[in-house]
Amino acid sequence: MRPAGGPPARADEPLPDRQIALIDLLDRLLSGGVVLTGDIVLSIADIDLVRVSLRALIVSISEQNPSPWRATAPLAGDDDDSR
Amino acid sequence: MNEVVTYAYAVAQDADGTLEEALGGLPGVADGPVHLVRAPHHREVVVAVGPVPEPDFEETALRAHLEDLEWLESVARAHHRVIEALAARTTVLPLRLATVYLDDERVRQMLDARQEAFADRLSALAAHTEWGVKIYVEAPAATDRPATPSADADLSPGRAYLSHRKAQRHAREDAYRDAEEVARRVEDAARGHAVDRVQHRVQQGELARGPGENVINDAYLVPLEHGESFRADVLRAGEGRSGVRVEVTGPWAPYSFATPPEAAPLKRAAP
Repeated sequence: MRPAGGPPARADEPLPDRQIALIDLLDRLLSGGVVLTGDIVLSIADIDLVRVSLRALIVSISEQNPSPWRATAPLAGDDDDSR
Repeated sequence: MNEVVTYAYAVAQDADGTLEEALGGLPGVADGPVHLVRAPHHREVVVAVGPVPEPDFEETALRAHLEDLEWLESVARAHHRVIEALAARTTVLPLRLATVYLDDERVRQMLDARQEAFADRLSALAAHTEWGVKIYVEAPAATDRPATPSADADLSPGRAYLSHRKAQRHAREDAYRDAEEVARRVEDAARGHAVDRVQHRVQQGELARGPGENVINDAYLVPLEHGESFRADVLRAGEGRSGVRVEVTGPWAPYSFATPPEAAPLKRAAP
């Protein structure tokens, strides 16, 4: 389905000052990305912490808008990377 | 404990060993330099890392910092800057914000343990970018009274008020119905190009920039060569309804697709 290898993911140069809305960035940085258990354990189990910390700033999570910020499974199905 | 710890930005493919050049002089989080940690065997799979001050990133401080929007924004933008620099050169697997290790050696151990999975995901994402598609309803906000004296001048004030409220309610209902139709058209247009989709939570609150109410906040994974047609077709599909606005953002590094679908954190539907 998807080509393996191939050209770089971005052909164009990064646009240095492309103004990206912080909320679009946080959607991706706080609910996307690979979740690893770093040595400072904030990821995975504590992702709820991030939600709690941010909800006052970003969203008012209500009954009608339940939080979709749920913890994610790690990439390789092993949540204890290198202990 | 060390004065600095290692902040990990992303896993990336460094097929020809030239990726380090892209990071020269680039300020990372806390204005720290950025360099690569290489897997012991799979040497083309690397992790971009940089030193950050330990006192800011130990757990208690981090909890406090995450509530500080200014701090969060500076880390988010620096993280993104590094991802963009890498994505301009190669396939990149962004890591979640604030993934921190004690030192580079710990990152190397992690990479050693996971390099096969990383390599698989990197090849799946090669030559793809992420595009954001947001749909807004811009129905007129409810007001208590008609802005101008109603045309129904023969109505009593009470009945004029009720008739005005009813008209407003109908306008909003129409706008939501239009938005559903636009959402269907936009999705059809997007499916023509995309290979995957993730649905993000709709944007609300202080940081949500209107105008209007965000009702759809999707991310699509699109082959590189389809990027511009994706954008054009989605925007075209969103035209023609005055109370509904479609916004396309990107191209992004594949943040929302860094984990494969079977381990997907978010509601996902293959187009």
